[in-house]
Amino acid sequence: MKKNTNKTQEITSAIIQELNGEGETKKQKRNVWQVIQIPALAILTGLIIGAILIAVTSETVYAAFAQSFWKGWAQIGTEVGTAYLALFNGSIANPGAIVAAFKSGDQAAIRSALNPFLESLVQATPYIFAGLAAALGFRAGLFNIGVEGQLFIGGIFATYVGYSITTLPAYIHAPLAFLAGALGGALWGVVPGLLKATTGGNEVINCIMMNYIAYRLTTWLLTGPMTRPGMAGMPLSPMIQKTAEIPQFFKSPIRFHLGFFIALLFAFIVWWILFKTTWGLNLRLVGANPRAAKYAGLNIAKTTIIGMALSGALAGMAGANEVLAVNHSMATSLSSGYGFDSIALALLGNNHPVGVVLAALLFGALKNGATKMMVVSSIPIDIVTILQALILIFVAAPAIIRAIYHLRDSKVQTQEIQLSSWGGNSK
Amino acid sequence: MTTATSTTTITRTRLNDISFNRRIGSGVVELLVAVLVYFAFIRTITSDVVTKFVMTPGGITVGKMGDWIVPTQITLWIILAFALIVGIIQLVKGFGKVTNLMIGFVFLALIFGFLTWQASGKSINLAGMLSSAVSMAVPITLGAFSGIICERAGVVNIAIEGMMLMGAMVGALVGSVTQSIWLGLLAGIAASVLLAALHAVLSIKYKINQIISGTVINIFSTGMTSFISQKFLQVHQELNNPAMFNRFPIPGLANIPLVGPIFFNTTFFVYAMFILVFVLQFTLFSTRWGLRHRAVGEHPKAADTLGIDVIKTRYIAVLLGGIIAGLAGTFLTLGSVGRFDEGMTAGKGFIGLAAMLFGNYSPFGALGAGMLFGFADSLGSKLSLLGSAIPSEFMSMAPYLITMIVLAGFVGKGHVPAADGEAYTKE
Repeated sequence: MKKNTNKTQEITSAIIQELNGEGETKKQKRNVWQVIQIPALAILTGLIIGAILIAVTSETVYAAFAQSFWKGWAQIGTEVGTAYLALFNGSIANPGAIVAAFKSGDQAAIRSALNPFLESLVQATPYIFAGLAAALGFRAGLFNIGVEGQLFIGGIFATYVGYSITTLPAYIHAPLAFLAGALGGALWGVVPGLLKATTGGNEVINCIMMNYIAYRLTTWLLTGPMTRPGMAGMPLSPMIQKTAEIPQFFKSPIRFHLGFFIALLFAFIVWWILFKTTWGLNLRLVGANPRAAKYAGLNIAKTTIIGMALSGALAGMAGANEVLAVNHSMATSLSSGYGFDSIALALLGNNHPVGVVLAALLFGALKNGATKMMVVSSIPIDIVTILQALILIFVAAPAIIRAIYHLRDSKVQTQEIQLSSWGGNSK
Repeated sequence: MTTATSTTTITRTRLNDISFNRRIGSGVVELLVAVLVYFAFIRTITSDVVTKFVMTPGGITVGKMGDWIVPTQITLWIILAFALIVGIIQLVKGFGKVTNLMIGFVFLALIFGFLTWQASGKSINLAGMLSSAVSMAVPITLGAFSGIICERAGVVNIAIEGMMLMGAMVGALVGSVTQSIWLGLLAGIAASVLLAALHAVLSIKYKINQIISGTVINIFSTGMTSFISQKFLQVHQELNNPAMFNRFPIPGLANIPLVGPIFFNTTFFVYAMFILVFVLQFTLFSTRWGLRHRAVGEHPKAADTLGIDVIKTRYIAVLLGGIIAGLAGTFLTLGSVGRFDEGMTAGKGFIGLAAMLFGNYSPFGALGAGMLFGFADSLGSKLSLLGSAIPSEFMSMAPYLITMIVLAGFVGKGHVPAADGEAYTKE
């Protein structure tokens, strides 16, 4: 190995250049449109297909078509229009309400008019953590589909620290509970990492198994050792202490909290680790080309284990955030499928922290708006899941988008993720 | 190059005898079982207790068998002796190739001992438990078959869960609307095949990473089935009330005590599972079609050179996998529950994949693994009825834990199709 140090360095520097996108692709990277055209068109196409779905599953549309052809089309317009307007009002703001609130000058009215936007940020916060977890995994060549389970265990750890310790001041208690959540997620995440590094067992199936185990463990803990007294076996934990809460900025109906900025901070930390440290470079090298990394003398097993632990820690933070900042107790309904969504977020954001934050804001807004949409036009909230799947398909297969919109083949290299089948490292 | 070497190592390790450490380890485990039986079971009961095993499942009129009453302590002593003898022989001489089989027997004896102990002084319906184990094994085993068909041709299919869910929903819906279970079955399968076609196009034509493509389909399917369920099935109960497949006793065979009620007096789906295992085993390993199919999964380039249409073979594999996954899905609504519930697959598709890995990509192996998981499920629900001290959540964790242990211990050495998960580009 030592004889080849020079050669290894050559190879490494070549790979580093490749990784950083230096050389040919640099010019094209500056072109913003080229970077965002696929995600933007994917979202647009997703919304169009969503509109078709709303139309064909609406009974009033069929009733209107029974009357006349044009009435049918008009009804489709009304249905889809109402739905997407509600989606917008619920996720960003109702412009009319804002203008009225500012005219009246009433503080409370202004706050409640701005609440939809702030609530979208609240909804986006766990998505940021979860998306970062998946993205970090992908960067290391790991498919961490265990975010869901890591999130639950993180929530359990944070809850336990949150309610069992009663004597700490808030500035120690809350960070401690939050870090406990990270630790829980890391512990749950490191197991598939260890298994992959030592036995070559594929992390995907192990993560999925760990998800189910985490869910059952949570149910047992919340109905047994960690149950709230007097709840007669309902899966619900005690309320956490006031000192463990992540503070909210405004009065009760507005839930906007410090956790959002903590999430942004961690997005920055992940970016810094990935792109500004040697260790992050090694991690990306292992993810981008394991064979080259091996020849360059990197310790793949170690990277795999630490990568899974860090990814799990971020997922655990998502759970801790929900418990400490939003719910203040833990129930089995902690996650609304953040695990699978995190994969979508990472892909949508091209595994870059900035992209993940943007994707998380989109998902948070969609989810928040969908609640309003369900109230206004009784469209099930699951339409958001369908939209997410559609967007994801188009982002993962840009060729489809290019075919639909007759775009020319982009020369911007998208990041290739190396994921093998069940054989793991052995291949 | 790498493929060739890895194949030879596999053959070599397979021909080799069990390593020394493995031999000693297995022996120690078997002795520990004996110790466990003594301290956990035998010492906790008196010698005059008996356990009553009911040997006919409930609701069965043919093939009855008398109850089986055994003295609990003596039974446990016999089990202890068995584990002790096997353990000692293992330590001294070793069992060579049948080591795993002997461990399996010892664990089977342990489970039987556990049941005998758990039900001491009470009665337990052993036949009913086995019968429900077979029924619970159906979706898992069929899921595994679906995986085998796809992955033997080199396409990783983790979308089985989503295909099953869609098949279940459409099966229930169409079965209710048309009042025909057979049309429901066909429609459920067709829906699953549509998703399979999507998976095929995404992963074969557009060459998306197959695991990502599968994840997208799972997300889409979860969203779509929940959407339709909330929009229609929950509002109009008559749309979610299909007839169910009845028991169909096979004349003659159904009258055999114990075996008859469990295997020959069940529904269409159980028979389909047992027929399929023979069909798959024969076609994959004894026909020209099967050889070509496997060649595409092992070395697509070589197969292509010999004139096998790789792309076509893979499309056919994924579509066939879709048919089987759809069958598994419709079993849930038309063969087992009688209505569709959101997320009712509850990870059975993933456990099916685990069964496929456990069974080392062979139909009979997958059947065995599926039966094991089904038995664990059925054991868990039975124990919670008996009022066991072990929380039911822990029992239901068992299949997932077994999967992880098996993946860690055995699969690394097993045979994964060499080109599994790799897109093929014709040159």
